[in-house]
Amino acid sequence: MSNGSSEYALQMVHIEKYFGLVCALKDINIQVGRNEIVGLIGDNGAGKSTFVKILTGVHRPTSGELYVAGRKVDLRTYSVRRAHGYGIETVYQDKSLGEKQVLWRNFFIGRQITLPFGFINVKKEKAVAQEIMMNTIGFRGRGITVDSKVNKLSGGERQGVAIGRAMHFEAELIVLDEPTVALSLKEVNKVINFVHKIKEGGKACVYISHSIADVYEVSDRFIIMDRGEIVGDIKKEDTSLKDLDAFLLEYSHGLRDQKE
Amino acid sequence: MTQLRTLIRFLSRIEGLAVAGVLALLYVVFITTSPEVFLKPRIYTSFMQTISPQLILALGLTFVITAGEIDLSFPAVVALAGFVFVWSYQNFDMWWGPWAGLALAMLVGAGVGYINGVLVAIIGVPSIMATLAAQFFWYGVTVLVADGKSIALTGIREEPIYDLFVGRIHGILPDQRGVPVGIPTQAVWALGLTILLWLILNRHKFGEAVMFIGDNANVARVMGINVEATKIRLFMMMGVIAAFAGVLLTLDINVFFPTQGEGYLLPVMAAVFIGGTSFAGGVGIIVGTFFGAYIIGSLEAGVVASGISGYWVQLVKGIVMGASVVINILIGQGRMAAFNERMRHWGLPIGGPSIAAPPPTDSPT
Ligand SMILES: Nc1ncnc2c1ncn2[C@@H]1O[C@H](COP(=O)(O)OP(=O)(O)O)[C@@H](O)[C@H]1O
Ligand SMILES: [Mg+2]
Repeated sequence: MSNGSSEYALQMVHIEKYFGLVCALKDINIQVGRNEIVGLIGDNGAGKSTFVKILTGVHRPTSGELYVAGRKVDLRTYSVRRAHGYGIETVYQDKSLGEKQVLWRNFFIGRQITLPFGFINVKKEKAVAQEIMMNTIGFRGRGITVDSKVNKLSGGERQGVAIGRAMHFEAELIVLDEPTVALSLKEVNKVINFVHKIKEGGKACVYISHSIADVYEVSDRFIIMDRGEIVGDIKKEDTSLKDLDAFLLEYSHGLRDQKE
Repeated sequence: MTQLRTLIRFLSRIEGLAVAGVLALLYVVFITTSPEVFLKPRIYTSFMQTISPQLILALGLTFVITAGEIDLSFPAVVALAGFVFVWSYQNFDMWWGPWAGLALAMLVGAGVGYINGVLVAIIGVPSIMATLAAQFFWYGVTVLVADGKSIALTGIREEPIYDLFVGRIHGILPDQRGVPVGIPTQAVWALGLTILLWLILNRHKFGEAVMFIGDNANVARVMGINVEATKIRLFMMMGVIAAFAGVLLTLDINVFFPTQGEGYLLPVMAAVFIGGTSFAGGVGIIVGTFFGAYIIGSLEAGVVASGISGYWVQLVKGIVMGASVVINILIGQGRMAAFNERMRHWGLPIGGPSIAAPPPTDSPT
């Protein structure tokens, strides 16, 4: 399962991550299909964000292997930049935008359009940012321009920017780490629509949440994490929202521990 | 009324304009109180001469503060760099001696900055502690290697390096009673550095990385910025800039003394804050720093020339700095509307122009 095949957008094999003595991830094995939406569910502290950060090149795992589109990733040189190169985009709950920075900078931070000597092509970046805002995100009115600062935007608008950025860079795999935490119901629907679009576009997505209700509708498969381990990997057709809820409840009450 | 409002909104977007206004106002006051001094060019060339090293330091410090860090060790680098320069000038008795001195001084500055950067970015020591320790340490090193003594740079005025960095440019300002008044070259260097560093902060990948790191280092990291490497480079840049300022100072006064740069810490920090750069990080205002350095550097001579007792100098500095910082916060961050609102609430209808108030944000946390 670990070599050459390209039916998976992502494979993780025996991934482990320690922060000092704290084991945040233990023997993680995950596959995500090329056009699959995977809902990753788990309580706070389960290790979901750590998983995301390994996948996106922010953290280096203590051990294990990572394959993107069937190709083995050299983890010693893996980085956010390289993950972007592989077409992996991430939308974080709240930490993907610089609050005091103007919008156009936020679209291109980490992969600027440059002139010689590392100077930024401001004109071009602004033009593309403008285009993303109009066409991809559909911002109108309210006096928000590419020169507006992020701290003038509402939570939903911010998430729109982060999502628009991910869409613009034509990701193969989009990771959403609790993208709806700060959003109103209407704004949550926008995020859900976005995930539907990923599916229609033939791309893959890992949608992370601590609540099953959020991810149930859009996901093809559910992976349940608890204290750094995968404790469930269930296809949507094999379960119902009710069963899944019951399954999760067992973990949050520690019932599984007692049975062991 | 709406036109005025639009005008003010437009003006408030121009970087450093408010601070430039404060400086202009200050000079108007000086000209009114002592026209015999402030209507002649000599006082201004004297400002350009004395303020330039401080301005150069303040430009570097603006970057450091924008990144949400601080560097308290630059006064020691000013001294150490001066020593390295003088040492090289005296020991390499060749035409290239002073040039090698400049290069060595900047190398030493980079080295001090590198150590600061590693302490802060890799080991995780808060920069205020790391650079405070560095300030004591490198100042101590300078005193030791210089044996606590001043060293005169005899013959330096004949070297081309002197003309290049601290000479005078004649023929621009009018003569005063037949005596030519030249513009100090260091002021041109400082202006050039202001432009270069503005470009690097606002138009270069490095500057953007600095702003995002000061804004939120976690965001910077997940967006692919190498936070550690950027911070190390930042402190190295500050070290090189401080060394350059140190060499300028040594050249200008023709003598190295181990305590040189010691009095710069507070005025340089004041220049950055008067300029509107926020201590919170994320935003750096180079143009503001430029005018801020001129404000803080002009006060002393201005107050004394105005015939006010020298005892008032510090107090006036405090007032000007306080007023500038308040103006920056009100105008620069669009709080004017909220401020007017509050005034009206208290029954003080000042009815000033309102500048785009921040809309209520449901901030995600
Ligand atoms: N940078 C870090 N340093 C040390 N411990 C960390 C770090 N990041 C996460 N952890 C720990 O790893 C565990 C999993 O955290 P996280 O992945 O953020 O969980 P989740 O996103 O599922 O809420 C927690 O116990 C957390 O304290
Ligand atoms: Mg998390």
